[in-house]
Amino acid sequence: MSLRALLEARLLPVILVAAIVIVLPLFFPSAYYYRIGALVFISALAVVGLNLLMGFAGQVSLGHAGFLGIGAYSVAIGPVQFGAPSWLCLFVGAILSGAVAFAVGRPILKLKGHYLAVATLGFGLLVAIVLTNEAGWTGGPDGMNVPALMLFGLRVHGSDVWYWIAGATFVGGFLLALNLMESPTGRALQAIHDSEIAARVLGIDVARKKLTIFIISAMYASVAGSFLALFNGLITPDVAGFLGSIELVAMVVLGGMGSIFGSLVGAAVLVVLPQVLTVFHEYEQALLGLIVMVFMIFLRQGIVPSIAAVLNGWRK
Amino acid sequence: MAELLQFAFSGLTVGAIYALVALGFTLIYNASDIINFAQGEFVMLGGMTTVFMALAGVPLPLAALIAIIVTTGIGLALHRLAIEPARGASPVVLIMITIGASVFLRGVAQIVFDKRFHSLPPLLGAEPIQIGGASVLPQSFVVLVGAGVIVILLWLFVERTLLGKAVIATAANRLAARLIGVDTRRIVDFSFAVSAAIGAIAGILITPITLTSYDMGTLLALKGFAAAMLGGIGSPLGAVVGGLLIGMIEAMSAGYISSSYKDAVAFLIILIVLVAMPQGLFGRIKVERV
Repeated sequence: MSLRALLEARLLPVILVAAIVIVLPLFFPSAYYYRIGALVFISALAVVGLNLLMGFAGQVSLGHAGFLGIGAYSVAIGPVQFGAPSWLCLFVGAILSGAVAFAVGRPILKLKGHYLAVATLGFGLLVAIVLTNEAGWTGGPDGMNVPALMLFGLRVHGSDVWYWIAGATFVGGFLLALNLMESPTGRALQAIHDSEIAARVLGIDVARKKLTIFIISAMYASVAGSFLALFNGLITPDVAGFLGSIELVAMVVLGGMGSIFGSLVGAAVLVVLPQVLTVFHEYEQALLGLIVMVFMIFLRQGIVPSIAAVLNGWRK
Repeated sequence: MAELLQFAFSGLTVGAIYALVALGFTLIYNASDIINFAQGEFVMLGGMTTVFMALAGVPLPLAALIAIIVTTGIGLALHRLAIEPARGASPVVLIMITIGASVFLRGVAQIVFDKRFHSLPPLLGAEPIQIGGASVLPQSFVVLVGAGVIVILLWLFVERTLLGKAVIATAANRLAARLIGVDTRRIVDFSFAVSAAIGAIAGILITPITLTSYDMGTLLALKGFAAAMLGGIGSPLGAVVGGLLIGMIEAMSAGYISSSYKDAVAFLIILIVLVAMPQGLFGRIKVERV
C-alpha cells in the first residue's frame, strides 16, 4: 500500500465525520437543534473512550459515568470554591480522572467478565454517593450551578457555539482514537481481546496495556463530563449514577462495539430518541425500552457493523 | 446489644430479599450465561400486581397467586420473545436486551399501574414483637421464613427430581446436556419462569415493609447482581450468602456509620472481597483455554 493510499484510508473516516459536523447545521431549523447536536457530540466523546475499552480491549465498565461525574464536578467545584479558571479545571479534572482510573484500575482490572462489571459498577456508585452526600462541596442531590466557560475574556455560551466546540473536540477525539487503534498499543489491546493468555505468550504486558486504555477512556469521559457541565450550566449527581453508566454502555453496544464511527451513531440514537419520544408522553419509557430491544435483537453486531456487513454482502 | 440485634434483624430481612433476587440471577445465568437485569422488575411486578388486584376487590391470597402467575408468564415471554430470537449473540448484547426489557417493563408498569408508592397489609399483623430489646415486625419473619422455604424447595427440586438434574446438567455443560437428550431450550424457559416466580414472591413478601412502586426494580437488580457476584456467579449457595451479607453490611453501616453511606460501605466491601478473591466467595475458578 502506498503512503498516499494509507493516508487516505486512515483519514477518510475523519474527513467524513468532520464533514458531518460542518454540514449538519445547514439542516437545523432552530437553536434547539444545535443544542441536541452539541449533546450528541459530547456524549459521543465519552462513548468513543468507553468503546476503546469495551470494543477493542474487551473490558466492560459499568461505572464510566463516575468519570463523567469527576469531570463535571471539576469545572463546577474548581471555579466556585477555588476561583480557578474553567478551562484549567477541565484539564485538572481529566488528569484527576486519569489518576483515579490508575489507582482503581490496578486492582480491579485483574477481574474478568461479570466480576469486572460489578467492580466498576461499585466504583461508579461510590463516586455518585460521595457527590450526593458531600453537600458542602457539591450542593448535594440538588446539584450546583456551573459558572460559564471564559475563553480569551469572552463568556462562552449559546447552543451554536457549544455545537462547534463539541463537534471540533469530537473530531479530535475521533482522530486520536483511530490512531491509537493503529498503534502498537492498539494492536496489543486487540490481541488481549481475542485471548489474554495468547497475548501474554506473545510478550504483551497485559496488565499495563489494560490499565493504559482504562486511563485513556476515563479521560475521554472526564472531558465529556466537563463539557456537559459547562454547557448545561447546572450539574446534579445523577450524571455519575448507574443509569448514566448504563446509557453509555448502551450507546457503545447499539452503535457497534469496536466501531469508532458506531460510537457517534449510538450516541446520536440514544440522545435524539428520547427527544422524539416525548411526543408520546407516558409511553416514552416503554417505547425506549422496546426500541433498544428490537435494535439489539435484529442488529446484534450494533448498527454500524451490521449495516457495513450488509453493504459488503452487496458488493460481492 | 439490643441495638445490634435490631440492626441484625433489619439486615437479615432486606438480605433475604437480595438473596432471592440473586438466586434469580443465578438460575438464569446457569442455564444460559445471561445476566438478566430485568430481575428487579419481576420483584416490582409481583408487588404491584398484587396491590392492584387487591384494590380491584380480589381477596389477597388469590391476588398474590395471580401476581405470581402473571409475572411467571412475563418471564417466559421475555425469554421466548426477546432472548430466544437473539440466540447466539454475544453476552453483552444479550445483557443489553435484558436492560431494554427492564426499561420497557418499568415503562409499561407506570402506564398500567401508576407512579405512586403502594403497600399491602402485613400477613401477621403490624404490631412489632419484642426480642431481646429489639422490636421486630412480624412481617420480617414472614419474609425470612418465605425466603427459607423457597431456597429449600429449590434445593430439593434440583437434588431430587429428573428435571432438576437436567437443570444441573445444563449448567455444567450445555453441549453435553444436549447430547444426552436434555432439551436445553426448555430448561432456559423453565429457569426464566422460576426466576420470575421467585422475584414475584419476593416482591409480595417485602411490599408490606418497604412499599412498592413502578421503579423499585433498578436498585434491587443492582443489589441482587452485586450479591450474586459477591457469592460467586453460578453458585446458589453464594447467591444466598452474598444477599444476606450485603443486607447485613448495609444495616450495620447504616446503624453504626452513616445511613447515607450504607451503599458505599457495601460496595467498598464487595470491591475488597473481589480484589482478594476474584471468583467471589463460592465461585469456581475458570481456566481460560487458548
